[in-house]
Amino acid sequence: MTVSRRDFLAGAATGTAGLVITFYVPAGVRAAPQAAQPPPSPNAFLRIGTDNSVTVLLAHSEMGQGIWTGLAMLIAEELDCDWSKVHSEHAPAAPVYGHPAMGMQMTGGSSTTRGEFDRYRNVGATAKALLLSAAATRWKTTPAKLTVTKGVIRFGGKRLTYGEVAEAAMKLPPPTTVKLKEPKEWKLIGTTVRRLDTPEKITGKAQFGIDVAFPGLRTAVVLRPPAFGAKLLTFDGADALKVPGVEKVVQTGNGVAVIARHFWAAKLGRDAVRAEWSSPEGGGASTEKILAGFRQLSRDEGTTVVDTGKVKETIKLAASRLDASYEVPYLAHATMEPLNCTVKIDGDRCEIWTGTQFQTVDQGAAAHILGTTPDKVTIHTTFLGGGFGRRANPASDFVSEAVIVAKAAGVPVKVVWTREDDMRGGYYRPAYVHRVEVGVDPAGKPAAWHHVVVGQSILGGTPFEKFAVHNGVDSTSVEGIAESPYLEDTRSKHVSLHSPKTPITVLWWRSVGHTHTAFAMESMIDELAHAAGKDPLAYRLELLKGKPRFARALETAATKAGWGTPAPAGRARGLAVHEAFGSIVAEVAEVSVGDGRIKVHAVTAVVDCGTAVNPLGIEAQVQGSIAFGLTAALHGKLTVEGGKVVESNFHDYPVLRMFEMPAISVHVLPSDAKMGGIGEPATAPIAPAVANAVFALTKQRLRALPLRLAQDTR
Amino acid sequence: MKLDINGKVHEVDASGDMPLLWVLRDLLQLSGTKYGCGMAQCGACTVHLDGDPVRACITPVSSVGGRKVTTIEGLSANGSHPVQRAWAQADVVQCGYCQSGQIMTAVALLEKKPVPTDADIDAALSGNICRCGTYLRVREAIHLASRLKRGGK
Repeated sequence: MTVSRRDFLAGAATGTAGLVITFYVPAGVRAAPQAAQPPPSPNAFLRIGTDNSVTVLLAHSEMGQGIWTGLAMLIAEELDCDWSKVHSEHAPAAPVYGHPAMGMQMTGGSSTTRGEFDRYRNVGATAKALLLSAAATRWKTTPAKLTVTKGVIRFGGKRLTYGEVAEAAMKLPPPTTVKLKEPKEWKLIGTTVRRLDTPEKITGKAQFGIDVAFPGLRTAVVLRPPAFGAKLLTFDGADALKVPGVEKVVQTGNGVAVIARHFWAAKLGRDAVRAEWSSPEGGGASTEKILAGFRQLSRDEGTTVVDTGKVKETIKLAASRLDASYEVPYLAHATMEPLNCTVKIDGDRCEIWTGTQFQTVDQGAAAHILGTTPDKVTIHTTFLGGGFGRRANPASDFVSEAVIVAKAAGVPVKVVWTREDDMRGGYYRPAYVHRVEVGVDPAGKPAAWHHVVVGQSILGGTPFEKFAVHNGVDSTSVEGIAESPYLEDTRSKHVSLHSPKTPITVLWWRSVGHTHTAFAMESMIDELAHAAGKDPLAYRLELLKGKPRFARALETAATKAGWGTPAPAGRARGLAVHEAFGSIVAEVAEVSVGDGRIKVHAVTAVVDCGTAVNPLGIEAQVQGSIAFGLTAALHGKLTVEGGKVVESNFHDYPVLRMFEMPAISVHVLPSDAKMGGIGEPATAPIAPAVANAVFALTKQRLRALPLRLAQDTR
Repeated sequence: MKLDINGKVHEVDASGDMPLLWVLRDLLQLSGTKYGCGMAQCGACTVHLDGDPVRACITPVSSVGGRKVTTIEGLSANGSHPVQRAWAQADVVQCGYCQSGQIMTAVALLEKKPVPTDADIDAALSGNICRCGTYLRVREAIHLASRLKRGGK
């Protein structure tokens, strides 16, 4: 990506009526030595127009989590501009927009706000310093003597707007250091701010990847392998070509793409392609067999993750012992916007329009396919109709495929996946089996914790292996176990991991490993509490004595949910607390059972995420994470037979609907802890909170997701 | 064939079995109506035919006839419809992909039931899936829109 400064100016000028002078603020002025700074033009995080507009460029993707608003708040806080003039847009894909901690341009790990907290505030503060400096020069005074309110600079009786000095400010060298506001000086951070992307999202104007349109663009629907491991042997596109509107049928690696004037023709054409596929090895993957294999494996030690004390001996000598297995199935992300990607190839250059969480990876993959360099690949990040991890694929599947299709077709194409394609296309939350054996001391506490984890590695075999897989252990497989706050005083711990390979492709799914580790840990802790004859809250608080943040979150949630008072007739409560992505979330679920089904009536969630940038956004993320987690708790399950995915659409892969949505009250604790993430952490505790409530109500201990009562005949 | 969409008559050249959804999106560039499932399971494609909410993804264009089609683009030019204003005030949207369908379903509900109960809302909106989980704010916004439509705040 090389955009010259002149290009940028011209682009901005044509996009707005009248002359707009933009100026750029380099990021990282504090840290980066002058010589190491990239050229100024693509180094743009902020544009201030002569019309006083403030445009924030986002190095990350908006997929619902609210960074369109949150990152803009960080800049606006330091800039002291007029919030009503602030707009956000996605930045292009370029090295300068690399994640401050990860290097590459990406969105995930609930890391955007905390990762950009310093950089974006620095950008705002730097811009303000430049604007004040320009005004001071105009008035022949010093910046310290000026005041600023909502983008208006005042000195004596005189006033200048940011827009009026933007052009002059652009010519000044940026300061090498800037001073950020103290938290007590914040006017915007910590306040309730409504979303900046609402106007376009309530009028149908918001552009998602699937909405991309331009003259000459064709739509492609792709026939992909019907089973994991199946290979394309032959195909016949003659019938497809008979469908009015279909223009081409091309082979694309291990698939066949039908290119047409619109989606409907492409889909009918795709359905008319006759193809022969090889049978996958050994009859094809079966989730039933895979899980049976995982259960078998869980009886043996895997690769050691943690080994302290003498676990086996301690368990043998313990006052009592508890042994349980927990299971979770494969899950689809099922984003509302099915996967899609638009590609236009022009010589050795390529333009891509898509909703991606993984710009750098996709850019590299496209360049590799086209035999060019990443800087020749332009990525226009559209709004994402949900991400949840599916649009951050180290294998770059939906982008790579679209590049291959566009290359083969010789025309610009938008590859659109049907819902069925999307659901059966792999890259699932992996299935896991946990076997936990606990040696219990006379007080009922865990004296020894023996834990075997079995499930596919998400990062093994990907370019991320070197960062996240150490000594054969993918950290995302076991996160939330060894560092459990409950095991602080448990001296004997043995955690090991099996990472078997299967033909089923897997990927991170909102809150990643915590989706299963929180279920195993919080279920077992609950089992221990009941085995000890103790109240589940009191038991936990005893174990959390040295963990005040966890204890405070849990106690607050319990109090707000009325723990200790009788639940309404026919209902019971369960609780869980878990840390993920630096934030602690405690949840209390109130459930009933009717017609053999579990109904969740109310959830009380308490969050300690450190600094809370936008409480309104945090509430939305916590509610949404709980809804996402409830789908996994109550419904989500993918089945593979003979290598084929059985489920295909929302009729056989149900997701939470409005009538099932519990009342959710969200409480954000004031906290001076290091800032944590908020897009994912509240997902993990809900399944165990519900399972623990079901136990309290029915005495049925449900150890597999989705939760199914014995009397449930589904 | 001729289609009356958002108060304007459009001439479209499409086979009769082509779903209205794709006519809107791909032939008329009205992309605010979304594709989510193609089998009337998710509600992302909800539009109105003579004011009634229908799933455009399973509505053959030939079946539309002379009925008036209203899409999200036809609700208001600038988001000023009371339901849209309520949506903004309640800060409903997250990824936003399902919201056109949610809003169109809500508008139709409020025409039939100007003061809906939670149960009315659940019954009308449970066909609209939101993976971001905005349901509670959708419900809140519908109550708010009901008040706005009756001149309240």
